Amino acid sequence: MSETLSLVVNGEQRSLDVEGRTLLVHALRDGLGLTGAHIGCDTSQCGACTVLLDGRAVKSCSVLAHQAEGRDVTTIEGLASDGELHLLQRAFVEHHGLQCGFCTPGVILTAADLLSRDGSPSDGDIRRALRGNLCRCTGYQGIVESIRAAKDAS
Amino acid sequence: MIPAPTRYARASDLDHAFELLAEPDAKAIAGGQSLIPVMKLRIARPSLVVDISRLELRGIEERDGELHIGPLTTWDDLADLAHPGLEAIAECAHGIGDLQVRNLGTIGGSVVHADPASDMPAVLLALGARLEVRSPAGSREVPVAELLLGPFTTTLEPQELVIDIVVPLPGPGSGSAYASVEHPASGFALAGAAALVTSDHETVALTGVSATPFALAAGDPRAAVAAAEIFGDRFASEEYRRSLAVVVAERALARARERRAS
Repeated sequence: MSETLSLVVNGEQRSLDVEGRTLLVHALRDGLGLTGAHIGCDTSQCGACTVLLDGRAVKSCSVLAHQAEGRDVTTIEGLASDGELHLLQRAFVEHHGLQCGFCTPGVILTAADLLSRDGSPSDGDIRRALRGNLCRCTGYQGIVESIRAAKDAS
Repeated sequence: MIPAPTRYARASDLDHAFELLAEPDAKAIAGGQSLIPVMKLRIARPSLVVDISRLELRGIEERDGELHIGPLTTWDDLADLAHPGLEAIAECAHGIGDLQVRNLGTIGGSVVHADPASDMPAVLLALGARLEVRSPAGSREVPVAELLLGPFTTTLEPQELVIDIVVPLPGPGSGSAYASVEHPASGFALAGAAALVTSDHETVALTGVSATPFALAAGDPRAAVAAAEIFGDRFASEEYRRSLAVVVAERALARARERRAS
């Protein structure tokens, strides 16, 4: 049984049909064509599907689409503005923060949450914040350096 | 994986939630950080998901010598709690899951999920906390020690919801702490211990080592752990878990004593 759901995604009011069981990640990918939220596991552990819900990082595979109704959803597609990369995106390009890039959207949105609440996190804080984001290229060093660079540039 | 088909309804207030929960296979969802993963694995297949996450049951308030924690208070909210004597709460919340889980996961949802390796029940046991639960039949109080029956099983009735978590404030000059050794992949405790040290007593509670978290008998933790029923599994044998239990109990006690002294 599907119902029409209204969501605010990347600042735009969107509506789509979802079922009661539809996960936010499937609504974003299959319903709205926002494929930047990746599905990397079945066990809610990898963090590749991380998006911001009212500014806070959440795993969109562990939220029902209905639960996001009326909340602000930000995906990686919504981070750049006016064709300008977000500070974090630029830092990841410049500091080799990605290899294959599969985990990157989730990592960047987690980092956006971290930097929004702590303007000067230590490397330890950055690593702690990344606990819910797995990178199978073992590229954590570059990821930490990128987030540190974004912090210094902000 | 995609959860089994289910319907979704958002409760507008407690009475609406009770009405929705009258359906036999309905399940309440708060932060969903325990429930949705098991729905995806189809271990849980509720016919109706009752979303209680927008009820006004979030926040922390001190009243009449007790701390009242709304069940929808998230781990992230609790990680900032600074209260002399109740250090274990923030210390425990800070270490739960990951940033994403702490942003959504709630203390009430976690406690009634009753995972035998869940961290916070040990803290609530050591602090002597109780739950206020409500159903259409009325309200009652349940000490945390009487809530947990076994893995994922509690004494709550199907329509009962936790509406308050009440933690007595320990007297001045008290300290508490939480220490654990985690399974590195899941983050759940192989053994976790919460300790409360006050001017006249010391209490330790363990999690991750038995069918339910439990308060340790008074006295030397080594002797109390030796007498307790401890389980083993493929991650940690009974013997190893027993020795971890002593390690985390002693760590938690030492840190709680230090905090009491300072």
